[in-house]
Amino acid sequence: MLSPTGNTGDTIFRGLMLLVALFVVAIVIAMVIALASDSMLSIRQFGFGFLTSSQWNPVKGEYGALPFIYGTVVSSLIALLISVPFSLGIAVFLVEQAPHYIARPVGFLVELLAAIPSVVYGLWGIFVLAPFLRVHVEPPLARWLGWLPFFQGSITGIGLLTGGIILAIMVTPIISAVVRDVLAAVPGSQREAALALGATKWEMIRVVLVNGAPGIAGAVILGLGRALGETMAVTMVIGNRPQISASLFDPSYTIASAIANEFTEATQDLYLSALVELGLILFLVTFIVNGIARILVWNVTRKTGGVSRAA
Amino acid sequence: MVHLGKADRRRRLTSAVMTSLTAGCTLLAVGLLLVILSYIAWQGIGSLSFTFLVDSPRPVGEGGGIGNAILGSLVLLGLSSAVGLPLGISVGIYLSEIGKGRFVGVVRFIVDTLTGIPSIVTGVFIYAILVLPMKHFSAFAGGIALALIMVPIVARTTEEMLKLVPHSLREGALALGAPQWRVTLGVILPAAASGIATGAMLAIARVSGETAPLLFTAFGSRFFSYYMDRPIASLTVQIYNYAISPYDEWHAQAWAATLVLMTLILGINIIVRFLTRKRF
Repeated sequence: MLSPTGNTGDTIFRGLMLLVALFVVAIVIAMVIALASDSMLSIRQFGFGFLTSSQWNPVKGEYGALPFIYGTVVSSLIALLISVPFSLGIAVFLVEQAPHYIARPVGFLVELLAAIPSVVYGLWGIFVLAPFLRVHVEPPLARWLGWLPFFQGSITGIGLLTGGIILAIMVTPIISAVVRDVLAAVPGSQREAALALGATKWEMIRVVLVNGAPGIAGAVILGLGRALGETMAVTMVIGNRPQISASLFDPSYTIASAIANEFTEATQDLYLSALVELGLILFLVTFIVNGIARILVWNVTRKTGGVSRAA
Repeated sequence: MVHLGKADRRRRLTSAVMTSLTAGCTLLAVGLLLVILSYIAWQGIGSLSFTFLVDSPRPVGEGGGIGNAILGSLVLLGLSSAVGLPLGISVGIYLSEIGKGRFVGVVRFIVDTLTGIPSIVTGVFIYAILVLPMKHFSAFAGGIALALIMVPIVARTTEEMLKLVPHSLREGALALGAPQWRVTLGVILPAAASGIATGAMLAIARVSGETAPLLFTAFGSRFFSYYMDRPIASLTVQIYNYAISPYDEWHAQAWAATLVLMTLILGINIIVRFLTRKRF
């Protein structure tokens, strides 16, 4: 009994819409199956060693994903380290401080940062950001913090640090948009109570931030999911060399950029299979990360009926 | 005038410093946006000309243009909209009007996580199910890849827009004896039409900037083409290929192509903002 009204047209209509919804669920299942079956060759050949081997040498037929996993994780962590304080600042300013007539247009401008395509960030990264970092940022870092292993080695402007900074710019509008929703969902009575007890504006904001903490964590994880899978901009500035080096100045490689760069070059079956397995890893990781983030954000914003703006 | 103790003065100072820091963060983000956009305009305007917009690419030193890439992008956007919009709107109708209980929660969760799946993974998936069996790159595969990215975005905005339609409208139509399908398609959907249309436009804007899922589906081409079963050029892939090339002339063309792409994307975003300013 699909239709409560017992109308034939309704039965067809409801059945059709249900079918489309099932189709979308089926696509996700088909994704897992297609990626898993096409990476079988590589999974059989390398097993778990694929994740722990740091040798990626298609000429010799050696495929290990560790350099890509390292590059992906480190560049995403750099991105979060930079963008989380900024995103919080932006969200606090727009929700708690700016008057309405400023918050709306400025909020729109911040969201526009998310409308710029990845490949455009990449182009800007190659010709503006990388030279800027090479001349103005990396030499001082090497001079003052050169005793740390992270800031040693040759300065080229192309490498992990540049990739991380580009990612930071790209995830900031996403994190700040979700944090805005989360802060807006914190009840006004919390603010009034804090102020009534004599709290300063900043102390009141801290109360609000603590209240929204789970949702903010969700927003950060959502940003992490985006950073992990970001492809074009990172590919264009990270240097694309499968190596593990402590220095953030050195070129690196991410899972997504390895797929983007080498997929059309992969002529042997094993090579292609190894790249598809990289895709499978990326799919599973981002699926789990996004799932956790959604649950955290939903729990906060659903209570007050707020709807997340971030796509 | 109340006399403030030392601790009080420090608290007020902290508050003032921290609140101005948040304004600084916002200012930096907006400043960055303006710097990036004006740099694109400044770099791009130099190589922009009528022939650049209608010509196809040529070897280094002979000029050439992005006419085939513009046509290719339009073909890809047309195909992905034709497939992705009806699917996405249907899923949105299901989520808002039809689904009940546990399962609708599962569908919503799947749709939301689908939004977060990296577009490069979508490309690999389409490669596995369309390009490998067809044995060559094609505009069709590229369009389907983009459609797959559109579906979850359109579905969620459609759901949200349908939920904004007052319940009394549904009840009124049902009370007049209309079956649910007529209520949904004839009353609720038109009431939410402008919201759904702006959601669709934003999805098109988002997809028109995608590069990664096209690299090994539509692949790219140096010629004018509108055939579905052959590789096709696109603005974004062209920008990428020119950007990583070693030639200054191609770099200049990449900036000009970026200016064209950004005009399209920002245009859509600003129009949508203008249309929706009353609602939000």
